Amino acid sequence: MAYHYALGGETYRFEDLKTLLGKASAARSGDQLAGLAAETDAQRIAARYALADLPLTTFLTTALIPYEHDDVTRLIVDTHDGAAFAPLASMTVGEFRNWLLADTTTTAVLTAAASGITPEMAAAVSKIMRNQDLMAVSRKVRVITRFRNTIGLEGCLATRLQPNHPTDDLKGIAASTLDGLLRGMGDAVIGINPATDSVANGFDLLNMLDHARQRYDIPTQTCVLTHVTNTLEIMNKGGAVDLVFQSIAGTQKANEGFGVSLAILQEAYEAALSLKRGTLGQNVMYFETGQGAALSANAHHGVDQQTVEARAYAVARAYNPLLVNTVVGFIGPEYLYDGKQIIRAGLEDHFCAKLLGVPMGCDACYTNHAEADQDDMDNLMVLLAAAGITFLIGVPGADDIMLNYQSLSFHDLLSLRSLLGLKPAPEFALWLEQMGLYDTQTQHMLDRNPGQTLLGQMVRPT
Amino acid sequence: MTDHTPTRTPAASHPDVWQELRHLTRARIGLPRAGNALRTSDVLDFQAAHAKARDAVHTPLDVNAMQAALGPVPSLVVHSQAADRATYLRRPDLGRRLAPECAQTLQQGPWDVVFVAADGLSSFATQQSAIPLFMATKQLLPDWHIAPLVIATQGRVALGDDIATCLKANMVVVMIGERPGLSVADSLGVYLTYAPYVGCPDSARNCISNIHPHGLVVLAAAAKLAWLMQQARTLKLTGIGLKDAAPDMALSPSTQISLPKDHDA
Repeated sequence: MAYHYALGGETYRFEDLKTLLGKASAARSGDQLAGLAAETDAQRIAARYALADLPLTTFLTTALIPYEHDDVTRLIVDTHDGAAFAPLASMTVGEFRNWLLADTTTTAVLTAAASGITPEMAAAVSKIMRNQDLMAVSRKVRVITRFRNTIGLEGCLATRLQPNHPTDDLKGIAASTLDGLLRGMGDAVIGINPATDSVANGFDLLNMLDHARQRYDIPTQTCVLTHVTNTLEIMNKGGAVDLVFQSIAGTQKANEGFGVSLAILQEAYEAALSLKRGTLGQNVMYFETGQGAALSANAHHGVDQQTVEARAYAVARAYNPLLVNTVVGFIGPEYLYDGKQIIRAGLEDHFCAKLLGVPMGCDACYTNHAEADQDDMDNLMVLLAAAGITFLIGVPGADDIMLNYQSLSFHDLLSLRSLLGLKPAPEFALWLEQMGLYDTQTQHMLDRNPGQTLLGQMVRPT
Repeated sequence: MTDHTPTRTPAASHPDVWQELRHLTRARIGLPRAGNALRTSDVLDFQAAHAKARDAVHTPLDVNAMQAALGPVPSLVVHSQAADRATYLRRPDLGRRLAPECAQTLQQGPWDVVFVAADGLSSFATQQSAIPLFMATKQLLPDWHIAPLVIATQGRVALGDDIATCLKANMVVVMIGERPGLSVADSLGVYLTYAPYVGCPDSARNCISNIHPHGLVVLAAAAKLAWLMQQARTLKLTGIGLKDAAPDMALSPSTQISLPKDHDA
């Protein structure tokens, strides 16, 4: 069915629902590359007017990607909670925005609605929301998860410590881990992207991380971000798997490009649950996503990149994850060209995920061929933290020497916690205090070097 | 400092243990604090490295200098359908196709192989290493019928397929600047494809990456490449099948299932 809107003396026609969503999106290079973006600014706003008038029920009756062809569509449709949707059933997309922002739409109301909201509804409303709207609504949502600590509490900002090394050198990784812990990082997870994606290598890295965690009794979880099939094998061999990691996307074909299916994710989820390694809770999954993944696999089915991205959160929430993050600027300028596009996408991803009840974090990052720099990351981290982001990623000096891109430094995250009065996860903050690294009174990380703490024994230079 | 390997003064009160730990990793570990933030020298070191990486992306390949360096060795110059760097960065599809006017200038073979030196995402890498690598590899393949070196601007890896098809070459070696990082902005990657055609999948290629003075040096890369080329000619294939047949060499098929990223430099 086609949609029409008259604006400024011209009538704009939009062929179908996915065309309308694409044209209504804030400008970004990935949609331009795919030929889905608005051709003029006026066309974009006409699409937004038309979208605002659309009943939310449209998204329950119109599949963007056919049910028969795509298991993500089937997951979304089959798990939709009609009772939770009932209070929203009479709303248009425009009314939905107003409702989300209303003072009477509290944290409890949003929590109750989450299972009634589809990714497409979240994506649609985000397209008619300004950055501050995305932040204001995200801020009201609380998603709390637990494994060995509590992630997502009001007033807390967790961090993933990312100690990557180009040859997976154990001592090199330990040195970066030590650096991060001394800066109060790692309450979300200590997570390595391995240079070599193999079972044997993953097993050794996990063993090293688990040994350090147990030796110092660190109330956190560790992860090697290897392919889910490797993690399954590592679990079968008795490896120290806290969390199962996988990159996921919003269509069946894109997930196939990652070598995963919903069945494999389910198998890994059940295997990790059976290990019962969590002490406070059993959220055992960790997912990464990012706009452009489906398009880069030629698996987007003509759907704009932000809407496809939101569909990945439906996949994530099916497995009760501890952590999910968008790797927002990693994919390159052909999908998100510059700082403005990266910042907007980061806020959209966080909003859509939180609205669906997903514990969303972000790798605020960019590559050297994008028009972005550390000032853009400063802006993005502050906006995301103000919006209540669950966790952010930190690497030593913001420079990932294995993946060759820039994220946030440990220092950036310390500054951010200080600037907005945010604390680490409570169990982790207590541990930091016991280790003599953190002053609970002032909520301040003390400036300690390895020689001044027991942790210094974690790694020896030779 | 353009190199971030730090040589800083320890705080007076306690010895800088980090100095020793830095032998374990090139990561920017143990950077001191100014309040919560990084100290001035580290902020500027980072910006200097970022500037170098950006310049590697945006500085045009000096084609004249490359031809001068080749001396009497024949070469051809082509460009992709991406008219400029801004288009190149936004439209990877155009960087993979040869501009129509360039197709006519290519001298048809048959050739055993054509070498392509493309700017990719780091003209610094191509400027520095492509011609030495071409000359060194050529020496190791005395009986091969090798096409003139093709110097390509605004090029991506798959541009080589188009070039090889026009030239009627059995194999293509694309030497291309890799996406620059902060620690290495001049790393060259080499992609070998047997029987290339337009639309050829990345899984049909073999890649040798990390070629730069502090990584894999040119002569070692040339030896590896020549070995691969000889095997490819014997086996009549490249990609996964060749990788599996290779002894313990640091090479990979050019597609890996991993986080989505622009592996196609």
